[in-house]
Amino acid sequence: MPFIPHTADDVQTMLDAIGAPNLEALFEEIPPTLRLHEPPSLPEALNEQQATRLMEARAADYPRPLCFLGAGAYEHHIPAAVWEIVGRGEFYSAYTPYQPEASQGTLQVLYEYQSMMAGLTGLAISNASLYDGGSALAEALLMAVRANRKSKSKRILVPRTLHPLYRRVARAIVHNQGIELVELPYDPTGGHTPSEALAPYAGQDFAALVIPQPNFFGVLEDVDALTDWAHQHNILAVAVVNPTALAILKPPGAWGETGVDIACGDGQPLGAPLASGGPYFGFLCCRKEWVRQLPGRVVGRTVDLDGKPGFTLTLQAREQHIRRSKATSNICTNQGLMVTAATLYLSLLGPQGLEQVAATCHANMRTLVERLTQIPGVRSVFHRPVFHEAVLRLPRPAREILDGLLVHGILGGFDLSDDYPELENSVLVCATETRDETDLQRYTMALADLI
Amino acid sequence: MLIFDQSRPGRRAVIPAAAPEDALSDLPESLRRQRSAPLPEVSELQAVRHYTRLSQKNFSIDTHFYPLGSCTMKYNPRICHQLASLPGFLARHPLAPEILSQGFLACLHELQEILREVTGMHAVSLTPMAGAQGEFAGVAMIRAYHLSRNDHHRREILIPDAAHGTNPATAIMCGFSVREIPTDSQGDVDLAALRQAVGPQTAGLMLTNPSTLGVFERQITEIAAIVHEAGGLLYYDGANLNAILGKARPGDMGFDVMHINLHKTFATPHGGGGPGAGPVAVNTRLEPFLPIPIVGKEGERYRWLTEADRPHSIGRLSAFMGNAGVVLRAYVYALLLGRTGMGQVADYSTLNANYLLAELVKAGFEPAFPQRRASHEFIITLKRQAKTLGITAMDFAKRLLDLGYHAPTTYFPLLVPECLLIEPTETECKEDLDAFIAAMCQIQQEAESSPEQVKGAPHHQPVRRLDEVRAARDMDLAWQPTES
Repeated sequence: MPFIPHTADDVQTMLDAIGAPNLEALFEEIPPTLRLHEPPSLPEALNEQQATRLMEARAADYPRPLCFLGAGAYEHHIPAAVWEIVGRGEFYSAYTPYQPEASQGTLQVLYEYQSMMAGLTGLAISNASLYDGGSALAEALLMAVRANRKSKSKRILVPRTLHPLYRRVARAIVHNQGIELVELPYDPTGGHTPSEALAPYAGQDFAALVIPQPNFFGVLEDVDALTDWAHQHNILAVAVVNPTALAILKPPGAWGETGVDIACGDGQPLGAPLASGGPYFGFLCCRKEWVRQLPGRVVGRTVDLDGKPGFTLTLQAREQHIRRSKATSNICTNQGLMVTAATLYLSLLGPQGLEQVAATCHANMRTLVERLTQIPGVRSVFHRPVFHEAVLRLPRPAREILDGLLVHGILGGFDLSDDYPELENSVLVCATETRDETDLQRYTMALADLI
Repeated sequence: MLIFDQSRPGRRAVIPAAAPEDALSDLPESLRRQRSAPLPEVSELQAVRHYTRLSQKNFSIDTHFYPLGSCTMKYNPRICHQLASLPGFLARHPLAPEILSQGFLACLHELQEILREVTGMHAVSLTPMAGAQGEFAGVAMIRAYHLSRNDHHRREILIPDAAHGTNPATAIMCGFSVREIPTDSQGDVDLAALRQAVGPQTAGLMLTNPSTLGVFERQITEIAAIVHEAGGLLYYDGANLNAILGKARPGDMGFDVMHINLHKTFATPHGGGGPGAGPVAVNTRLEPFLPIPIVGKEGERYRWLTEADRPHSIGRLSAFMGNAGVVLRAYVYALLLGRTGMGQVADYSTLNANYLLAELVKAGFEPAFPQRRASHEFIITLKRQAKTLGITAMDFAKRLLDLGYHAPTTYFPLLVPECLLIEPTETECKEDLDAFIAAMCQIQQEAESSPEQVKGAPHHQPVRRLDEVRAARDMDLAWQPTES
């Protein structure tokens, strides 16, 4: 019996103590018509060795192509020490720190994480994480609707330059509460959200404006102007940011005259492997005035009976286990272990290290775009500066060329034709710090070869 | 000491690849960060030592018996972690083409099938990233179902008063109002009150079975009939599925939709508060509304089912594929259990709970429902100790920490005063259960002979009881760099 320690003697002794004749008797309160009398129709158990063999074969199906695909999930180098420490049983197999005296490790990690995210975003407050970037945006929008008491409309302005999957996730979650997302067009030459896109909405009632930085095209938005426009119209500004980019880009807390109200995003670049999409974690930061509208766990520093500093979950009056139907969200379990990884990742890189990672990503992207656009028929679609992704137009349908690159062992990028049909034959390419000169050459030669 | 307190300007740990000097020359100043982010500057050893030491301040399943009721803190097999961490899984980009991903998709598809079989439901989506998101998906599907039938008046979700707080919070997130249904003295739903409550406004009922009171809801067939006759749907909160795995199935009880906490029943790690996973399972009438993506199988090929295949789906709840790595761990666990292992989970978790209950009752502790058989967890009430000795459930919980046990769940469910909700799980051996019983008896004796020892607990943890009022009032939620 895997993982079950009972000997036959144990079972008998325990049944005697209970006064039950056998194990079946323990289920006597389940109505007989509902009881199963046969085990489920499933395969027989595998042992560790058999399971290993099966899973190794399954994992080997993925040949680990050279990755130039980003679109919301980024291959970064993860220092060895990160998962060596995160994988310790004391972190891995603990639960939510309901008993703070026995959970000071997890609680202090979360406090340090909150501090690092507040520092990166330039905002006062961070929660202890949400599920992922897409669902964090949904929570940020629900939060903005609650917080913006000047707005009655439950309408939110969302640029089309925001990740299309984030837009879908946000809609799937917030539309249940009657919240409407109004899409803003982008500038066809800059790839950003121009002020002209906002002008038609001036004077109308909106709860929030979403500002991605960089946006889905990799392009840098005019974040100061967008933030100020929102505030001039009593609209809350909600930033969606890449945490690596924050090492070199202006933090949302400093955008425009007063900074944004809420910033969120996906923490995956900070120590989480690509892993088919998860687990990652969502981060959510805000100005101090909105703290009571914040969803999710928050850790605070306090003192114990002897005046010794310690950490505990706090502001729980916002949460479902206390407030039930009046809670700010239904979230309880979030992504604690991934946040532990992020805290280690940021500690090991430090400010200079993270800047170096971000700068190398950016430099690799610039080199890649220069090289690829020298191939006849390949050109940059947008002229504005980017972070570590860019949109390239190809002479043929992107799908066809991406399939060709795959034969060369290259994951060449994201085909934009489904989400942006107007961007014909276009592909979103990404280069992080993990790509080196050889990789860039390999991509360039393969693409030239195909075209 | 915080990691920030160890920081010294210029100190480095991991040095990444260097960028060219002019790497950022094309970025306008107005978009650039002006001051470095206030991150710690420490050596690799400092970071490793700091976080290793912090880890040692935690109770965890690997180090302590952790009978936290309603959380199913069973052993998290190392093999599940190791196999989910194979390079072919860890390196896989979420948007990688299906042709390179058949092995990964096969694992997900097979887990969908396993969950279908053990729940007795018709179809499964693995995407929800926690139990609460599974609840959200389930209730959003109930809403979508009624709306698809132009049944716009069903705006109310019924929830027993013993339910987890996530249930009412979820119903509100989905745009419903909530009506509470009382529980009778034996821990079952009050059927008369339920009959009174249902009507044309009823969208559905959310129920945990076995309930949060640690007993099986015996009238489930009647409950299902009442709700269905009123036109509502029945939601199964899978928090306690561990108790009936392989013994009974929510699908057979009449539930239309449910979630499964993989981090409970399928032994994936709790990680200090996540990541979990909360797949949803539904019967045929709700299948069109399942959240995407789902893995489909055509012949021998696996592929994602997305918007085009499922136009009525409630949509996506994560940008990619939920907590895929957690799902893989649960799949390996299911393989290791196999057909006979599933029922053994219920057998031995129920045996452990009933043994612990029987022995604690013999030792003088008061069960909340003395006439009832425990499920995989049970409640004792310390109201007598609180009244006669001034020793509360909280005091017992804190003293248990000193004796090397994580505390059971305290003060939940709200219906039972001074309660401890105790869930030992099937992976604990009899010796450890006996030691826990001895610890409870010791605390009872201390409560009578030296109550200060209990009221002042814990005495041997990294900190004593914390000032939570001050934490909420002062709101020290982030370290502040000193201005330089």
